[in-house]
Amino acid sequence: MKFTWFNLMPWPYLPEDFRQKNHSVWVDIDSKLFDPEKSHELYNTYMDLLEYAAKVGFDGIGVNEHHQNGYGLMPSPNLIAASLARRTQDVAIVVLGASIALYNPPLRVAEEFAMLDCISGGRLVAGFPVGTSMDTNYCYGQIPALTREKYREANDLILRAWHEREPFAFNGRYTKLRYVNLWPRPIQQPHPPIHIPGGGSVETFDFCLDNTYSYSYLSFGGYLRGKTLMQAYWDRVAERNTSDLSPYRAGFAQTICVAETDQEAERLYSEHISYFYNRCLHVYPGFADAPGYRTIKTIQKGVLSQYARPAGGLFPELPWKDLVEGGYIVAGSPETVRQRMEELIQQLRVGNVFCLLHIGDMPKEKCMYSTRLFAEKVMPRLRNFFPEYESDNRFWSKPLARRVSAGALPADSEVASVVGV
Amino acid sequence: MELKTIPTPRVVVHYYEGGKGQPLVFLHGAGGLDLDMDFLDALSQRFHVFAPLVPGYGDSEECPELRDMLDFTLHTWDVVAALGLRDPILVGFSMGGMIASEMAAVAPHDVSRLALIAPAGLWLDEHPIADIFALLPYQLPHYLFYDEVAGSKVLSTGTDLSDPKFLQAFLVRNARQLGAASKIMFPIPDRGLLTRLYRIQAKTILIWGESDRLIPPIYAQVFLKRIANADLAMIREAGHVVPYEKPEAVIRAIAALA
Repeated sequence: MKFTWFNLMPWPYLPEDFRQKNHSVWVDIDSKLFDPEKSHELYNTYMDLLEYAAKVGFDGIGVNEHHQNGYGLMPSPNLIAASLARRTQDVAIVVLGASIALYNPPLRVAEEFAMLDCISGGRLVAGFPVGTSMDTNYCYGQIPALTREKYREANDLILRAWHEREPFAFNGRYTKLRYVNLWPRPIQQPHPPIHIPGGGSVETFDFCLDNTYSYSYLSFGGYLRGKTLMQAYWDRVAERNTSDLSPYRAGFAQTICVAETDQEAERLYSEHISYFYNRCLHVYPGFADAPGYRTIKTIQKGVLSQYARPAGGLFPELPWKDLVEGGYIVAGSPETVRQRMEELIQQLRVGNVFCLLHIGDMPKEKCMYSTRLFAEKVMPRLRNFFPEYESDNRFWSKPLARRVSAGALPADSEVASVVGV
Repeated sequence: MELKTIPTPRVVVHYYEGGKGQPLVFLHGAGGLDLDMDFLDALSQRFHVFAPLVPGYGDSEECPELRDMLDFTLHTWDVVAALGLRDPILVGFSMGGMIASEMAAVAPHDVSRLALIAPAGLWLDEHPIADIFALLPYQLPHYLFYDEVAGSKVLSTGTDLSDPKFLQAFLVRNARQLGAASKIMFPIPDRGLLTRLYRIQAKTILIWGESDRLIPPIYAQVFLKRIANADLAMIREAGHVVPYEKPEAVIRAIAALA
């Protein structure tokens, strides 16, 4: 099992009446709500928490990309990842991911991921999302009906750049390059493992299976709701007679809160959960799904965007009890959480779990408390699933055996003798 | 009007045909032909009307090969050729006006009469056009109609978005139709037409609803200034969907070209 501690980096200062008085948390969010001075401490706290998760034993620490979004402060996940690579030792750096269709040329992603892999000593897990419609179409102006074609082309370019050892010309429809010659190159050969966050389209299932990419479903709806989609994925895996049913072919994101008891969990975390589900997910439905962004086949399958809900926000004002019982969140004592996580892992058949342990406007102390309890009292007891696939390392990073760490310069006093002056 | 199909080099095209007289090609807007059928019936009393659907509209097949403005422009010329027409009166509404303008700009000797009804294709920073790709169904009437209340009734007849079956069909239709439109209209309906308008030689009539809240009438002034032989018919008590709201006035303006 691989557990990745994930932080969306939400802005924790949205006003209480945000939902009533604002059009959307995403795309056209009121930029006056952002306070750069406050963000200074916030960014540093969030990065400290990611490093803390590495310290307490998570397998990976994860970052992602969103634009103009009140619950995501990472337009550039690679900037955060670069800093984490320097400040951590063994943990995988999971960038889930960089939206490859948004970069011009997309080769930029191949270069930056290679840099991250080199700096971290081969600890990168790379992610190639198509990107949400909010990010890709409305914020970054990509034409919805052409987004997927452009995405596929970007994938082809990046993969070729990672594989080929001679300069080559790339005559794409969206990118034309005369001299593709990747420099620097990733440590992991031929390239870091690739995860694809998807929203249930059959085309993406096939894309992952064709390329041996891991498919992950990053929803906020929780594992009970995620079951249908993940089942559709596994059905597809079976339908295509895929060589194996490795659970590492799949990942799932789950909001998790741990305390000593179920009651304590509610007391400590319910306000922050409410902040996230009721304020942060207030997305104007008109931005949920630009026409042409999803394929007809996907719409016909009845998979609705998790944001495509009636006006008024994604989730009704759900109280704690409903969120817990409805499986949106996994919360409670270590034993409760363990039971729920076992269900999740077995029912969805996922080897990669992306743990959303920082939620909404949760202060750092509570986040540390919940994170440590999960790492110490839950995670060790979830380690032994899928023993038959223990050696499957296709979907996880393969670091160098010998790695250096930051701050390894000699003392000033030693410099002169080494230089010989 | 009768629905027919015709093969073109890239895709089979669906089109409506009806009437007698001088041939006239009508290019629909991003909403398709739904609101235009009465207008086309009236138009076919005076002209031999051909109204092709952009691939993906109605029940017609999508055409992934059409990606950019030049593709759309040349495809529509292919349709005119397939229909066996030479120098028809070319009429375009909204997105169709954008395509018609491009057709007249790339082949100025093949179009002698051009009617542009509230055409898209230009962008003025001081007068931004609403983002039709982010509007919810209930918001459309404000931008489309002079009479919003009547417009709401027309648009909501037979629509029930709370019915999952209907919603799915609605989303599929939107994805097909507006998905196709997005290729030339998203995120801003400007593909450089301004720099090509000077090439249009056709006798041109611009037709605009005085209360157009989607593409404000001020855009007409730019077309007038850039097209050598253009006039403007400003129609009172009409919004963006002027062919729907004032069919007779629009037909009179077109007839002046003939």
